[in-house]
Amino acid sequence: MKKFFAQTYLWLLLALLYAPIIIIGIFSFTEAKVLGNWTGFSTKLYTSLFSGGVGNGLLSAIENTFTIAIIAAAISTILGSFAAIGIHNLRGRKRQAITLLNNIPMLNPDIITGISLFLLFITLGITQGYLTVVLAHIAFCTPYVVLSVMPRLQQMNPNIYEAALDLGATPLQALWKVIIPEIRPGMISGFILAFTLSIDDFAVTIFTKGNQGLETLSTFIYADARKGGLTPELRPLSTIIFVTVLLLLIIINIRARRAARKAENI
Amino acid sequence: MKLFKSYRRSNWAIPYALFLAIFVALPLLLIVIFAFTDNSGEFSMQNFIKFVTQPEAVNTFIYSIGIALVTTFLCILLGYPAAYILSNKNLNRSQTAVMLFILPMWINILVRTLATVALFDFIHIPLGEGALMFGMVYNFLPFMIYPIYNTLQKMDHSLIEAAQDLGAKPSTVFWKVTVPLSMPGITSGIMMVFMPTISTFAIAELLTMNNIKLFGTTIQENINNGMWNYGAALSLIMLVIIGITSLFSDGDEQSQNEGGLL
Repeated sequence: MKKFFAQTYLWLLLALLYAPIIIIGIFSFTEAKVLGNWTGFSTKLYTSLFSGGVGNGLLSAIENTFTIAIIAAAISTILGSFAAIGIHNLRGRKRQAITLLNNIPMLNPDIITGISLFLLFITLGITQGYLTVVLAHIAFCTPYVVLSVMPRLQQMNPNIYEAALDLGATPLQALWKVIIPEIRPGMISGFILAFTLSIDDFAVTIFTKGNQGLETLSTFIYADARKGGLTPELRPLSTIIFVTVLLLLIIINIRARRAARKAENI
Repeated sequence: MKLFKSYRRSNWAIPYALFLAIFVALPLLLIVIFAFTDNSGEFSMQNFIKFVTQPEAVNTFIYSIGIALVTTFLCILLGYPAAYILSNKNLNRSQTAVMLFILPMWINILVRTLATVALFDFIHIPLGEGALMFGMVYNFLPFMIYPIYNTLQKMDHSLIEAAQDLGAKPSTVFWKVTVPLSMPGITSGIMMVFMPTISTFAIAELLTMNNIKLFGTTIQENINNGMWNYGAALSLIMLVIIGITSLFSDGDEQSQNEGGLL
């Protein structure tokens, strides 16, 4: 009986949490301009989303979102992995200082990160646009990469790097053949994390995108919503984003479970 | 020789240290500098005087703190039972339910807010303060459930059994053992809900059709209108509030880290 009430509570709460996204998902399969009107099943919104029937704004926003996320995640992964190896080998005050600085972007609210970077670019006289958004995204993504790579380094046997060097490997070979394979799972999780964070970001982007007309998906949605009428094509788009995130999350989970099982076997 | 080698690897952190100095430390310093200067770059307290003497800004500030507090409270009220049930093997065995609660954390906050607005439209609930509260709780509830779930799951269950063996009633066990042991999760949940709610800006606009302004919106408007110094001062005030909040969870860095990551 207790279990019945507990389960009811859980699923009621879940129903509430998912009600909005489910409604959007359902109404992405009808043509009506206004959400809530059902005018029969149709995939027209999906085809018009992909055939560019919505004008160039939305499509270029989607493109920008993904290219920015891929560039920012790739650079963050490289920068963060090197940093993690460096921090792992640092001791004392230097390590404390860099760890503290690394924590700041994760603890700072997005709006503060956004405004502080905005002031930086203003002060340095850099015209804000694509480049500044990428730099800003690298700034708030890299700490998460460092955080996903660090545990891998701590689990690693420190002697195998030394052994490789003793056996005649150059430091570069030892990095490539010994350290990188050991930390690769952490790097991949870090990359996925950075990628989702970048796609998800709104507050930092809006302060660093400048006024040259650059839009990402979230700033586009924001501008669109402020105008009052929501572009109907945003419904299939939200649905696709939701399903994509769901898939990414399942992948991360399977990877984590596999890693846990592997650790148990050893 | 060994010293030399490890010295070299620690150098690999140098590019990132430089990057952090330019893109994290310097920007924060700039907020402070802009906050304490006027348009011409002279030292000045005028931004703070302007804030204190403008009832509208102060009212928005207090109102935002109120909204953030109520949101945080409602999230604990709704989230704690959910986290408790999820972590209790007798009440829930489904890993899927856990994942379903975490999933919304990964969806764009604007998409989620728009979905909420659509839901209200759909069932004809007028946008306004009620919608704002619902939207905030809806957006941030997963961030409360997850850290609490995490600590409850790692909790030493033999302590509960010990309390039961010693004759404690179920309610006594809950209040005297379970709740105190899950405090780290609650504090990091509070951090993860209170901080974003106090600093949010677009959500309130969308959920209230621009009728209710929160502090984040005020900051954004000032920055957009070229009032950088005043905007920086307001940001600094927000940072101080957040700094004070984070003091409460200072002794518990580990649970913070756990709460933040999947």
